[in-house]
Amino acid sequence: MTRRNRKLTAVVSCLVMLHVVAALAGFFAPYSYREQNRDAPRAAPTRIRWVDRSGRFRARPFFYAPGDGAVVPVRLWVRGSSYEVLGLVPSNLHLFGVDEPHRIFVLGTDSLGRDLFSRLLYGGQLSLSAGLVAAALALGIALVMGAVAGYGGRWLDSVIMWVGDVFLSLPWIYMLLAARAFLPLDMDPAEAFLVIVLLLGFLGWAAPMRLVRGIVMSAKEREFVTAARSAGAGHLHLLTRHVLPQTYSMLATQAAVLVPAYMLAEVTLSFVGLGVGEPRPSWGNMLTDVPRASVLSAQPWVFAPAVLIVVVSWLYHSVLSSVHKREPGAADFGSAE
Amino acid sequence: MKGVLRLRGSRLVAFCAAPAFATLLVAPWAAALAAGEYRVAPRRGGRLVVSVRSEVKHFNPLTAIDQPTRTVQSLLHADLLRIDRTDLEIYPNVASEWDVSDDGRTYTITLREGVRFSDGHLLSVEDVLFSFRAYLDERVHSPQRDLLIVGGEPIRVEKLDERRVTFELARPYAAGERLFDSFHVLPEHILGDSFERGDVASAWGVLTEPKQLVGLGPFRVKEVVAGERIVVERNPYYFKLDASSNSLPYLDEVVFVSTPTEEAEVLRFRAGDVHIVERLSAENFDALAADDSPSRFQMLDLGPGLEYHFFFFNLSPATGETLGARQSWFKNAGFRRAVANAVDKQAIVDLVFGGRATPLATHVTTGNKHWLNRELGVEPYSVSAAKRGLRESGFRWDGEGRLVDESGARVEFSLLTNAGNRKRAMMASLIQADLDQVGIRVRIATLEFRAYVARIFDTRDHDAALMALVSGDTDPNPQLSVLMSDGGTHVWRLGQDAPHTSWEAEIDRLMQQQLVTLDGRRRKELYDRVQAIMLEYQPIIGLASPHILVGADNELKNFRPGILPPYTLWNADELFFSQASAP
Repeated sequence: MTRRNRKLTAVVSCLVMLHVVAALAGFFAPYSYREQNRDAPRAAPTRIRWVDRSGRFRARPFFYAPGDGAVVPVRLWVRGSSYEVLGLVPSNLHLFGVDEPHRIFVLGTDSLGRDLFSRLLYGGQLSLSAGLVAAALALGIALVMGAVAGYGGRWLDSVIMWVGDVFLSLPWIYMLLAARAFLPLDMDPAEAFLVIVLLLGFLGWAAPMRLVRGIVMSAKEREFVTAARSAGAGHLHLLTRHVLPQTYSMLATQAAVLVPAYMLAEVTLSFVGLGVGEPRPSWGNMLTDVPRASVLSAQPWVFAPAVLIVVVSWLYHSVLSSVHKREPGAADFGSAE
Repeated sequence: MKGVLRLRGSRLVAFCAAPAFATLLVAPWAAALAAGEYRVAPRRGGRLVVSVRSEVKHFNPLTAIDQPTRTVQSLLHADLLRIDRTDLEIYPNVASEWDVSDDGRTYTITLREGVRFSDGHLLSVEDVLFSFRAYLDERVHSPQRDLLIVGGEPIRVEKLDERRVTFELARPYAAGERLFDSFHVLPEHILGDSFERGDVASAWGVLTEPKQLVGLGPFRVKEVVAGERIVVERNPYYFKLDASSNSLPYLDEVVFVSTPTEEAEVLRFRAGDVHIVERLSAENFDALAADDSPSRFQMLDLGPGLEYHFFFFNLSPATGETLGARQSWFKNAGFRRAVANAVDKQAIVDLVFGGRATPLATHVTTGNKHWLNRELGVEPYSVSAAKRGLRESGFRWDGEGRLVDESGARVEFSLLTNAGNRKRAMMASLIQADLDQVGIRVRIATLEFRAYVARIFDTRDHDAALMALVSGDTDPNPQLSVLMSDGGTHVWRLGQDAPHTSWEAEIDRLMQQQLVTLDGRRRKELYDRVQAIMLEYQPIIGLASPHILVGADNELKNFRPGILPPYTLWNADELFFSQASAP
């Protein structure tokens, strides 16, 4: 395995791991995202230790309880709040936790005393899936529309390009605001957010469509396509077997750009109130506390969602970079067969 | 105040960067000041820098709505009578005295002698007549016009002689003299032509030549740099003198700088770039107070103001089947009382307002010391009492602990709030968690502000909503639009031609009666009864009233903030810097 391949494998592994941890947030998080500890708002992260005050090393990590200073061991495989694995299998098993009535806050708590670490993991479910879903939808529509426009040509091309231009000029933020205003108020916050994400993806197909169209127009004139056509290949066969595969490299590139872009859009949406509704966390709505000066200095751990957003964005861009270096032809969005 | 709508005497607080802190209570401080303990010899000169959260829109008092614009105008203009922000009593201002007829319908106001506008022009009775003609003109669309309509008819203003003017009301109006606060007297010799042409509403924009911006206030405009700052200088013709007959104001200049967020404002205050901050959040107030080791600031917690946060169930005629079915619960007073019992208001005070707020029983805050019905207490937070109340109201619980009604339908509703308001989102989360304990599922719906307002006031298509209102005065009358069944801010059931319930009819009758009752004690009894009905039927479920938190540079003297806006600059003519460090 070359060094580049190793790097690509490592980056993809990290991304997969992040997604898996988010998908299994109920197991990795010690508490439910909605559980409030009203006597512990804005609590600092629990200081986990291996060495006690007498200097003795303990194999099991522990911390001193606030107040009475009792030693509280951190236990693995504990039973706690109920959740559903991937929304299917009910469970109450958690990777770690502490005995009641103690609480462990790995990243501290928010203003309502909710465990930030648990919310960070649950928040990843919506933030990561928002990027994936919106990018998949945008690229899916872009592929179909670009293929039709580029392959069909003539009036079909003109109409689709005109529609694409209209979509590019739409003030998407206002459209999303209007859409949210018309959604039923008793809709589940996660469902309402999914609608907004789908709309976001639906509004974002025009730019990648132009790239798909360009590649399709170029590819359909290539010699191997002409040869296949001469051999009697039909339009569908030509498109699916010879033309569209030319766009896959570009689509992968676009995906690596769009997924973090849509993830950041979720942060923007949270600031204008279109994000996930309370109490569901997302990395975007968890950052609404950050712009306050008092928080900046006193509670730096609330930046954790921002750090994860940066890390995930960097990982996606690293994938893009590695792919380009491995396949030099990928950068021009087309490759010769 | 950013995002505040003025609604017939009350204001809907949208983005209330809610205030809160309390070690330095204003009462002992004010008492010490009154005793002369902190008084130092006033010093003339100095430049006060004040931050405003949004740009000043114009200089026209007739059409001012937002608080920054009104605050700047309060320094440029003067009213006939004025509410003192510390004792909340009414005092003569441009007027030297006033008299009320026995039937309470006619107010005779006598002007001070020799008062001049900031361009040196002598004030006359004609200016007063002109001002109220302009405020009442329908073409002007003044937001204050409604306040001058009493008993369905505009107040009639007439000249009695060269110094006296009468205001005749269609019916008695208790505490009518308080109406005159914030109605500025305007110069007819400057605005008269514009009024005759019908374009006075658009006069005095930010590009108007400062010399044309003429008023009776302690300051006049010197310089306007749009989007950056407004500089006002001492008005040499200002009519007020201090106790030693020195002319006021003491300050040479006041500079208003635009600082869009509280965070930026606090940073500038900490750096010494601005001298006054108001409407602070508890976090910033506490941080500034804790940071005050060299005693650079005077940080004051004035206690609860007149702003009340609450939520209410939509009792307006249903727009759909789902809402109609849910309204059978909402209309049940026992259900509303149980919900009020289930909400931990102290948690809201502690977690949302950092302890710098007061739990609320009704719409009257504890800051309104004169009119508060002290016999009424805040319902205790009790899950067991809430469950008992729900059971007595015909509800029960299914096998999974979910509350269901008599037909077996699960009790759930959406709670509407507006985007960008962190405190309100926190309140919604707390209410959601509290009601979950009694088996009620609450879904929080967040809408952009205009959509939120439209849902409540236009389409009325919602289950319940979180809201904050702030009264323009301590007197009950500004609450008429909230309490009267045909009021524009009667949010729980809008658009009623006649009261729909007997208790609403009783509130209507009591409010009408207090409106025409001139005996203060009798008015208090009537308003106490209104509060008791509000508590019994819970059309609005009071949550908390945030404290008014302000700060000023320690060298600024005579700083006497109050709980009515403008909180800090209402006595700008008396402010001065101590000799040590006047800028």
